[in-house]
Amino acid sequence: MSAASSARRLGLKALRRIASSPALARAGGKERLARLLYLASRETSRLGSRIARTGRPPARQRTAPRADLFDLTPTEEQELLRGAVREVAERVVRPAAKEADSACAVPEEVRSAIGELGLLALGLPEELGGPIAERSAVTSVLALEALAWGDMGIAAAELGPAAFCTALSLWGDGDQQAAYLPDFAGEHPPVAAFALAERNPLDNPLWPRTGARRRGEGWVLEGEKALVLRGGQATVALLSARTERGPALFLVELPAAGATVSPMPAMGLRAAQTARLTLEGVAVGADALVGEGDPKVFSAALARSRIAWAAAAVGTCQAVLDYVIPYVKERKAFGEPIANRQAVAFTVANIAIELEGLRLLCLRAASRADQGLPFAREAALARAFAARRAPAIGSDGVQLLGGHGYVKEHPVERWYRDLRAVGTIEGGLLV
Amino acid sequence: MINLEVPRKLKGLAEQAHDVAREYFRPISRRYDREEHKRPTELDALAAVMEGMEASGATMGAGAGGVRKEGGGEGNRNGANMATLLGLIELAWGDVGLLLTLPRQGLGNAAIAAVANEEQRQRFAGMWAAMAITEPEAGSDSAAIKTTARLEGDEWVLNGEKIYVTAGQRADLLVVWATLDPTKGRAAIKPFVVEKDRPGLILERLEEKLGIRASDTAAFRLENCRIPKENLLGSPEIEAEKGFGGVKQTFDNTRPLVAGMAVGLARAALEETRRLVGEAGVLVDEQLPPNLQGAAAARLLELESDYEAARLLALKAAWMADNGKPNSLAASMAKAKAGRSCVEIALSCVELCGALGYSEELLLEKWARDAKILDIFEGTQQIQLLIIARQLLGKTSKELR
Repeated sequence: MSAASSARRLGLKALRRIASSPALARAGGKERLARLLYLASRETSRLGSRIARTGRPPARQRTAPRADLFDLTPTEEQELLRGAVREVAERVVRPAAKEADSACAVPEEVRSAIGELGLLALGLPEELGGPIAERSAVTSVLALEALAWGDMGIAAAELGPAAFCTALSLWGDGDQQAAYLPDFAGEHPPVAAFALAERNPLDNPLWPRTGARRRGEGWVLEGEKALVLRGGQATVALLSARTERGPALFLVELPAAGATVSPMPAMGLRAAQTARLTLEGVAVGADALVGEGDPKVFSAALARSRIAWAAAAVGTCQAVLDYVIPYVKERKAFGEPIANRQAVAFTVANIAIELEGLRLLCLRAASRADQGLPFAREAALARAFAARRAPAIGSDGVQLLGGHGYVKEHPVERWYRDLRAVGTIEGGLLV
Repeated sequence: MINLEVPRKLKGLAEQAHDVAREYFRPISRRYDREEHKRPTELDALAAVMEGMEASGATMGAGAGGVRKEGGGEGNRNGANMATLLGLIELAWGDVGLLLTLPRQGLGNAAIAAVANEEQRQRFAGMWAAMAITEPEAGSDSAAIKTTARLEGDEWVLNGEKIYVTAGQRADLLVVWATLDPTKGRAAIKPFVVEKDRPGLILERLEEKLGIRASDTAAFRLENCRIPKENLLGSPEIEAEKGFGGVKQTFDNTRPLVAGMAVGLARAALEETRRLVGEAGVLVDEQLPPNLQGAAAARLLELESDYEAARLLALKAAWMADNGKPNSLAASMAKAKAGRSCVEIALSCVELCGALGYSEELLLEKWARDAKILDIFEGTQQIQLLIIARQLLGKTSKELR
């Protein structure tokens, strides 16, 4: 164990002590915790930037050990992190969500509050400055859920770059990692995008129309990516293109000759500034191909992205549930709260049931991924379930508020729009 | 550490249950569906084997006798609740009707295990106990029970009518729910053990049913039926806040198990349908967006996601019970989701397999008939939604009716 990582472990121990002290519950405790988490993740960041660039073997997080027992209890670190993210989601993200949606931008203070949580580096290997030694899609699921409870658009904007970071951590070679990853543990992480979706009806991510043609040692990319999160600000994108072996992932630094980014505002996720990325004869080197073009790498990336969107849906669906409960209890019709009517109460019960089912589906897929078990089926089920249930929950949220739900005075119309992204979009996020 | 896989230590148990389901249940499944009310004597030997396994500890406390709330204790536990759930999922994969008529594994046994004192537990050990709650005028509304219990000297005198008693004819004991005072509502309703040979207990009829026809469903009349004072389960006091606790306690433990039955049946239907449509050339691709596949494949993916959600909800409820966490909400969620999903899945599977699925050539049509009861007994879909909604909204049963 390196000195830096021992220091970080000590830091986490101290965090645990603080977390278990009753004093924390008192004023300002949670805020300090968030700050400490940030510092703990920063501890090793200097190490990362010193890594040499040539021919280094890639760094990877370890596979988590096989768990023996069925267990729904998060680890202490996960609980701590979830609490910290939830606190920021409640105090900073939610109050800013309406304005971020209409302005199609995340306010700077929201950005920095989320940045301080150090979430971007969750998937980074320790040698590159990451805070955790073991791979944890489960941790990402918990963080995404907690942040998307605040707002899905802001969560997508701020955690989109984490998808890039995690992908390179998982599949990048030593040079690719050295070129891009150390910055993610630093103070000013880059804006990076992970782009799979295209703007074709019946889009098939397994057969992108964007093509990669060999030219000399390198490749030429031709095509178009859609709904790229923060596409206009991204300095690098990891995108899918079809090679003779099937779909593969390529690194494209932006701006690049032949690459055009234009806004592609959508029904929801507006804070994430979705964009269109057009590639017209964009030349990249041999080193742009990630995971050696292995179709298995692409499959895993697709599955992990679907788990991420399902996890974000869990957060937003929970927001719906938490919002409609007090509303239907206060709202009166025919002389009593509408919550006293079965038609209303059962709708609330059904939101809770399907939401809990979705949460468990996400966690199972993620925990299998962490333990090195096959997880394609579990990710597919989480996605299939989310694609159907999440928009329905968004719709129920508006319906329970009736006309009031349809106007922007309440957030349910935004959740209705955001939740339709789930099952529609591919890529962007990743666990 | 979050992990939603079935623990290795319980896999052996599930495999054993699966073998039983495949070797004992499936071959006689159709026969006892056709010959309703005929006792499946094949199960007598099986019950003995299962009890042997239970006594040896090989079943980790699974079985109706073992389901109890666990104390807190140290660390994470996967105990009797999960073991029982996993066993039942497999048995229900075989045949829900036969599972319900496994000797000495009745719901009454679960009630005795949950609330009996030590003396009673010993006295009723090794006996098959059926549960008698429902009355012609009191279904889901079990607080409206009219059967009365009157203390005369050292005996309780029971009067009333009980219907839908699963295994009522074949069991040795009935756990009869009766009120000590009809004016005092839920608090006065208590469970009594009635031996089947007591005079005054009259078997009125056996029902002819849509499904689970291997399991007998009996109706009884109690006419001045006398039982010893010691046959009351729990305390004779009418305590307002504790009232009806026995029923609820039992149901918190058994709702996830009924959810498990629904999960097992749903899996049977899905496996069979996957096989059949596979032979017809439809393969489900997990990565390809459903809309780019055939409608049958897309539908199967949808149904499987419901199945998986139901399964995980049931596991969660059992896990909470094993770890001493209050699981009333989780138990109702599992039951509601699994109950409605298994009906939808089984009916959809019949549809996907067309005329063949609808015919008696296969078991799909039988599973679709069996499925419906799982969304009804142990609390209907609507009752589960009421329980869930009341908890979420903080409503009493008076406010949200």
